[in-house]
Amino acid sequence: MRRLAVSLLVIAAVAAVVAWLPLELSGYHQGLAARVAIYYVAIVGLNILIGYTGQISIGHGAFMAIGGYTTAIMSNYHHTNLIATLPLSFAITFVCGLAVGIPALRLSGVYLALATFAFAVSIPQLPLKWSKWTGGSNGIRTHTTPTNEWIYGVSWACAALAFVGAWVLLRGRTGRAFRSIRDSELAAASSGVSLPIYKTLAFGVSAAFAGVAGSLFVLVTNGFAQPNEFGVILSLQILIGAAVAGLGSLWGALVGALFVGLLPEISNSVPLIGSGHGQDVVFGLVVILVMILLPNGVAGLLRAIDSRFKSAIKSGPTAS
Amino acid sequence: MLGFTRKTKVSTGASLPVLLGLVAACIFLAVGSLLSDIFAQQTVAGLAQGAIFGSLALALVLIYRATEVINFAQGELAMATTYIAYQLTLWGLTYWLAFFLTLVISFVLGVVVYGLLIRPVQHRSVIALVIITVGLFILIDGLVTWKWGADIKFMAAPFGNEVYHAGGVSFARQDIGVLVVSILSVIALWLLFQFTKLGLAMRAAALRPAAASLVGVRVDWMLAIGWGLAAVLGAVAGLMTEPSQFLTPTMMQAILLYAFAAAVLGGLESPAGAVVGGLAIGVFLNLVGQYVGFASSELRLPIAFAVLLVVLLLKPTGLFGRRQVRRV
Repeated sequence: MRRLAVSLLVIAAVAAVVAWLPLELSGYHQGLAARVAIYYVAIVGLNILIGYTGQISIGHGAFMAIGGYTTAIMSNYHHTNLIATLPLSFAITFVCGLAVGIPALRLSGVYLALATFAFAVSIPQLPLKWSKWTGGSNGIRTHTTPTNEWIYGVSWACAALAFVGAWVLLRGRTGRAFRSIRDSELAAASSGVSLPIYKTLAFGVSAAFAGVAGSLFVLVTNGFAQPNEFGVILSLQILIGAAVAGLGSLWGALVGALFVGLLPEISNSVPLIGSGHGQDVVFGLVVILVMILLPNGVAGLLRAIDSRFKSAIKSGPTAS
Repeated sequence: MLGFTRKTKVSTGASLPVLLGLVAACIFLAVGSLLSDIFAQQTVAGLAQGAIFGSLALALVLIYRATEVINFAQGELAMATTYIAYQLTLWGLTYWLAFFLTLVISFVLGVVVYGLLIRPVQHRSVIALVIITVGLFILIDGLVTWKWGADIKFMAAPFGNEVYHAGGVSFARQDIGVLVVSILSVIALWLLFQFTKLGLAMRAAALRPAAASLVGVRVDWMLAIGWGLAAVLGAVAGLMTEPSQFLTPTMMQAILLYAFAAAVLGGLESPAGAVVGGLAIGVFLNLVGQYVGFASSELRLPIAFAVLLVVLLLKPTGLFGRRQVRRV
């Protein structure tokens, strides 16, 4: 009960901050805050796959590209309402995720990492090939460009939906099946968990989250979908966000999203780092240090502090 | 991880059908080259590119055999060492002096990367190791862009720009040079592994770490040297890429994917497979690009991805790989 109360309190606090922030922020910073929400959606999606099901993917930038192009193309050619493109890209990337998930059933460990990496490098090439419809390297633009307030509201609404959706999915039977696959595929299969169904499902859901994040990503960059903004670095950044936060934690994903979303901005104002591509150096250093020093990420560190705190209270002489 | 799984060999090396297929492919290439000048030109250019893919693939395989890690930063490491060579030539060194000095530097770099980053986490999950090399990828990318900027740099052409004519066929001297240097470095490595005590110790450390340490092999150092040699091969790949692609921080990213495809095609555990796989991918991509109208240059990467996926799904052990049975 106490845990639930704490969770509700944190949720209320985050919601209050999110609702109050746009009043204080300039348009530019609203866009920045929207990016944090977008990374959150993508990182939660990746976390379902890596942190809860134990399947690695270095290819989620590719799913973001598919989602982003869905939004841009639908809006450009059919003038579809921008909100309406979000469920559409959710559905399309869900199917794409299932399609990638089926061959992924036969791959594990490093082989899956290799295949998804190759996927992430290949997909941004396709708009260049069919440039007649996708605008080639210039990209394609949505019919209307949303305001910063609009994108802020929609992104954080999506982040909230992603949190609730992931929580509902992971707390019940499906989540248990995912975790059992992560801990031991053999044990999961012998307890009657269907590996093909749940592994493919994890891929589909995870990709769908990334797809929605990709749609929002296009909207926050003035409605432009371009191949190079979905390059392999984006995939790596999401993976790093998930790893820094700690795999297997929905709250940790928020830390990861803050890290990935705000680091470029913060490092720009630090004199030495801000010049050139210093933020990549910080990105790399932080993820390496976190992986070596904190195997379970920031979330793991918090859990460790929490349990030590509790055991200190329990063993203390004044504990009641 | 190592302690709980034991590998048992079931079958070894390349099977007869695979060897026959390779011979058939060679005959096909030879006959095609005799019949058509363009075919011959594309084949030679493909072999030159393939030799680069092969060296980088071999670097990946070396590391995979020694430490069961796929080093996603291998291409970026190669790119960074190429920039070091560039800096050395800026300081007035001749190309080939800079070349060999760079090889020494990259060896040290590889050893340091292993000691600082990989060794502390080696017992952890595959996911953790992959994420560390991904972090290294971004770190190197950032460092190089920070130091040298993102715009294209040029080095002196090591082999000149002459073109040889044989019959109606013209070969770029550069292609020949790239092919020769890459193959020589692969042969040197093979000699090291096959005929020196150090090579024997390294093979022992990679295959049976526990047993090797019992007979006095310093396993950690052997693995570190393996990482160093892989970095040297990567540096060769990077330096041989530079004449055709020039220096940019992203120059090795596509080549890394081709090297992945080559390593997987060769079986991921087989050094010979990596080299053959690299040459095969290089020639295949060039010939497909020449003769299949649909496969324009934008589709080179997706085609390599398709090759990788098809191999993984249909024959995960590749051409030269050994099937492994893992007891849990």
